[in-house]
Amino acid sequence: MKYSLIEKLKISELVVWLKNKQYKVVGPKAKENQFVYGDLDSPDELKLEHKPPVLALKKYYLPQEENLLNFSFGETKGKEVDVSNNFTVVFGAHTCDIAGVICLENACDIEPKDNNFFERNKNILIIGIECLKPCDEYATCVTMGTHNPKGGYDLMLTDIGNQYLVHVNSQEGLNVVANDKIFVDADSEYISKVNRIRTDKTNVFNKQLNVAENEIGVLLGRTVKSPVWDDIGKRCLSCGNCTNVCPTCYCFDVRDEVNLAVTEGRRYRVWDSCQLKEFAEVAGGENFRKDRKKRQQHRLFRKFKYPIEKYNRNFCVGCGRCSRTCMAKISLIETINSLAKESI
Amino acid sequence: MNNSLYNPIKATIVATKQMTATEKWFKIELENKKDLNHNPGQFVEVSLLGLGEAPISISSSPTQRGYFELCVRQAGKITAALHKLKEGDNLGIRGPFGHGFPIDELKGKDLLFIAGGLGIAPLRSLINYVIDQRKDFGKVNILLGCKEPKQLLYTDELKKWEKLTGISFRCTVDRADPDWKGNVGLITNLIPGIDIDVKQTYAIVCGPPIMYKFVLVKLMEKNIPDKQILVSLERKMKCGLGKCGHCQINGLYCCQDGPVFSYDKIKKVEGAI
Repeated sequence: MKYSLIEKLKISELVVWLKNKQYKVVGPKAKENQFVYGDLDSPDELKLEHKPPVLALKKYYLPQEENLLNFSFGETKGKEVDVSNNFTVVFGAHTCDIAGVICLENACDIEPKDNNFFERNKNILIIGIECLKPCDEYATCVTMGTHNPKGGYDLMLTDIGNQYLVHVNSQEGLNVVANDKIFVDADSEYISKVNRIRTDKTNVFNKQLNVAENEIGVLLGRTVKSPVWDDIGKRCLSCGNCTNVCPTCYCFDVRDEVNLAVTEGRRYRVWDSCQLKEFAEVAGGENFRKDRKKRQQHRLFRKFKYPIEKYNRNFCVGCGRCSRTCMAKISLIETINSLAKESI
Repeated sequence: MNNSLYNPIKATIVATKQMTATEKWFKIELENKKDLNHNPGQFVEVSLLGLGEAPISISSSPTQRGYFELCVRQAGKITAALHKLKEGDNLGIRGPFGHGFPIDELKGKDLLFIAGGLGIAPLRSLINYVIDQRKDFGKVNILLGCKEPKQLLYTDELKKWEKLTGISFRCTVDRADPDWKGNVGLITNLIPGIDIDVKQTYAIVCGPPIMYKFVLVKLMEKNIPDKQILVSLERKMKCGLGKCGHCQINGLYCCQDGPVFSYDKIKKVEGAI
């Protein structure tokens, strides 16, 4: 295991160095009273101390809108659009967001593979930052086991005072810390230091869900008829915010668009939401999930039950975005804990 | 090839026929008369660049080489545009997609087809396969139901099926018209009278969503084992690749895991039937 050290004051220098290598460097930036992942035009924009940005890292892997084909109107075959190959450094992602990328990778890896995801994935370098305290009352990272680094990154920063300890987790990461003007090697005492930090963390991070991570799916399966769901069904506005901000929701719609002259067009995919009424409706008018309650159940089953059966992992990373963004104040913690209480 | 999965193959309509007020039949050839290489029960995405795609069941048997057939109900924007196409027009095809009927498993077995309305289209791909490979299969019963006689599809072919010696074909309509001489009533009424050996009979069912529940009850009364009941389900198959999520039935992607499922696999899947 390789560890390096970087002075906090040298983070800006690192961002500039990466940008000078013609990498696109993105990271959490302040926007109004929230944070967003965006291009770092200057290193000052980087906010390493942040709450989960509005949209998760999925926008860099499966963009909100992505061209699939360009075509001339009247043709039956399109011209396939290549994924642009800009090398991107994601700087300052929380461990929950990194876990979200691993979930997406699982979903995209099922045959037939989503090649666009993997084209982008191979050109993204992740420099993560470990959280030493919970973001807010919405996060469930401790229950989901995502508050500690568990792979999926190239470099991971852990705050140890005036410096960050840097865990090097890939060859690409090693190439970055090879810059000895910015990084110095860390000796073995730092490994015990990081272990101490992790132990101390258990004092500030509390479990938010009263159900173990691997039992949530079973609980959901057992409580489909609970009045808790009726309440959620009544409150849900079907706006789709929860799925848009979710780091692991990857459903999309495929749409066509033609120019005004009706000569050229494009076929593209765009994020879609299983919470929208039309999502499962077929052309004849039959809607296979017409109730808001059923759609909300579907969403949580897709986080805690189906992916366990398919990938042996939950597709919830505990970031808290769905609860934070919900206009109807539907809270994941409240939902799971209410269901748990009922099923006792 | 990043987006080749989304790029249709060029195809040409070589014949059409307006079958009913809402259904049109298309005979289609792929570029260079390439075979579609489908299994009965699979579907294709029919693509009109600039408008979109619609998932349509393949209604012809793969034993017919060099072309395939679709029966398209006009139900939305894409199918309305498809209905305007005529012989010689081009369209795009992606697929075939999904799991069709388990042909090898069905060999040597008796088959009971139950089709409601447009449900005959996907079943026809298997029925005609069975007719072409008749000696591989046991007894064959076909039950067909639809609302009114004027909605019957493949009427010329139905007459042929009626005359085939190795096949027992029965048809019913919910509401007769003055010329109708056949059965009147729901398709479920035909099931009890069918003489089958349940141990070696596979029931193959396709119809409107409402039909399944009632048909399944009748099949259970006959004691056909769950895994010998095959259903072909309709969902919104948008990408066909098991990615976009629209066709999901709980944890299953209808476009990849289906559209043909054996009943034992979906019996406990809420919302499947």
